[in-house]
Amino acid sequence: MSLSESTRVQAREIISRYPHARSALLPMLHLVQAEEGYVSADGISLCADELSLTTAEVAAVATFYTMYHRKPAGEYHVGVCINPGCGILGGDAIWEKLSSRLGIGHDEVTPDGKISLERIECQAACTHAPVMTANWEFLDNMTPESAIDVVEKLASGKEVQSTRGPKIRTFKENELTLAGYDDGLVDEGVQADAQMLAGLNRAKELGQSAPGIKI
Amino acid sequence: MTLTPVLSAHWDEADSYKIGGYMRHGGYTAFKKAFATGPDEIISLVKDSGLRGRGGAGFPTGLKWSFVPQGDGKPHYLVVNADESEPGACKDTPLMMANPHSLIEGIIIAAYAIRANHAFIYIRGEIPHVFRRVNNAIREAYAAGYLGKNIMGSGFDLEVVLHAGAGAYICGEETALLDSLEGRRGQPRLKPPFPAVSGLYASPSCVNNVETIANIPYLVNNGVDWFRSFGTEKSPGFKLFSVSGHVNRPGIYEAPLGITMRELLEHAGGVRDGHKVKFWLPGGSSVPMLTPDLLDTPLTYEDIADAGSMLGTGTPMIFDETTSVVRAVTGWLAFYKHESCGKCTPCREGTWWLSDVLHRFEDGHGTESDLDKLIDICSQIAGRSFCALGDAAATPFPAALKYFRDEFVQATNTPANETFDPVAATVFAGATR
Repeated sequence: MSLSESTRVQAREIISRYPHARSALLPMLHLVQAEEGYVSADGISLCADELSLTTAEVAAVATFYTMYHRKPAGEYHVGVCINPGCGILGGDAIWEKLSSRLGIGHDEVTPDGKISLERIECQAACTHAPVMTANWEFLDNMTPESAIDVVEKLASGKEVQSTRGPKIRTFKENELTLAGYDDGLVDEGVQADAQMLAGLNRAKELGQSAPGIKI
Repeated sequence: MTLTPVLSAHWDEADSYKIGGYMRHGGYTAFKKAFATGPDEIISLVKDSGLRGRGGAGFPTGLKWSFVPQGDGKPHYLVVNADESEPGACKDTPLMMANPHSLIEGIIIAAYAIRANHAFIYIRGEIPHVFRRVNNAIREAYAAGYLGKNIMGSGFDLEVVLHAGAGAYICGEETALLDSLEGRRGQPRLKPPFPAVSGLYASPSCVNNVETIANIPYLVNNGVDWFRSFGTEKSPGFKLFSVSGHVNRPGIYEAPLGITMRELLEHAGGVRDGHKVKFWLPGGSSVPMLTPDLLDTPLTYEDIADAGSMLGTGTPMIFDETTSVVRAVTGWLAFYKHESCGKCTPCREGTWWLSDVLHRFEDGHGTESDLDKLIDICSQIAGRSFCALGDAAATPFPAALKYFRDEFVQATNTPANETFDPVAATVFAGATR
């Protein structure tokens, strides 16, 4: 299907952020995913048109990056970190449980289109291992049981709160955020959680601080 | 050695990520000092401080800035590498979530010093909530008049753009990042020319890590002597250490460089109860693992190098005796295989072979001659690719073999998951936390 006029207008807004138009390509690909849930042939054409590139040049970029989907992602795209820092601490067990419960593997979608699964690499949250994501929002300190719970809630339309962020929204909604559009959710979640505060709390407990820096 | 929260000093305040929270503790005073001091003087200050890049390579920041040619008539660019993706590294991500304004103020000062009127923050796409916090900080800084045209009447203009990546570890490599930021596949460039001469849009550019830039306001406000009161002669300053793995209190611990792993581990509540350290990595999967007898090594660039590893991102991972080294190394090589951009043949093909052969060991049917083959493949990759990803891929196995050869020999007939019960290594195996 062809993309909406408002997406085209937003694509031009994104281009205007950069001194050189082509720099807008990555956020534009997030933008087309915000409308279609994946990078379709039409999405590639839109980017190529607006940037005066060939569709082959755009496709070459779109296929390089793992966040761009070649077929529709689930409404909730769920990641399980299997990099050893998480995998050994429980990520591998979580993956096995989730994958067998849902009956889908890596880069596959449930028949109802609700959930897609991805074996993800390090999510920069190793202090919170094992880590999962839903539409890239953090789901920290997971267990096989909490993983199943989260996914069942998402699949049945129940609310799930990210452990360090907002209520999980749809894949498309979050892709618009990554294209640079404010969603008003900056104040959701904590400013810092227990693991992020572990050192500061310990310093306070021991009465330690840096010279000249009051804590 | 004591803990020294600087960047993380106020993360327990609910508005730590907002401009009000930042300014309550002296935020946005350093850039005004910098404007009154002059750009060359700021570069000198950063040089004198000895601040080294916190992204992994540890290159002196002031020196890097001084490589940007001045008076050349070309636009200059400051690019912040916020693509934190190194396995084990999670220090820039919490920093941007809880204290993004230190990054923004650092950007103002750094851009002023290298005479850049345009800065980009290249943030990995997989952390939308961190994206929101940084984007909000940029908006607040514009609204306060700290970004934009003629900042505070100084005549200095600065535009800052936040740019989301899309899932590619390689884009943490500075030249791949630049290609990606130009809207291309994230593939490294051959150096030279270095980015300082020909970087973004073939113009002089500086690519700096988030934590490096966030250090700058504190350095400008408190001075070189204060900064050098932390750490060692060759590794001055403080560091956000993310301690993860089999420890009782994983988390972010800010301390001077030179704190030992043993001290840091004690702050983190020690290895989980009833267990002992088997191996640890000082700074990501790209640095050689070390053994428990080296826990007293100070975490500095020079001491960790002497111990046979690298400080890297300064984000230690600790694994206890329930962990299969074979499984860990196989997992890391699967990662490098997945993340190799494919540009250089030794890395593209070599990571594939390393991963393939290591999987044989994980499954319990490697051969002793495969061990030589793996070492041979590593030596064919290291130093033979454009960027450090190849070198990194050639790192985990030789170190693991050096310390745990017996385990690989055992994996010629027994699967890793039989030698080491994978359940025992999980955090939910009994009450471990």
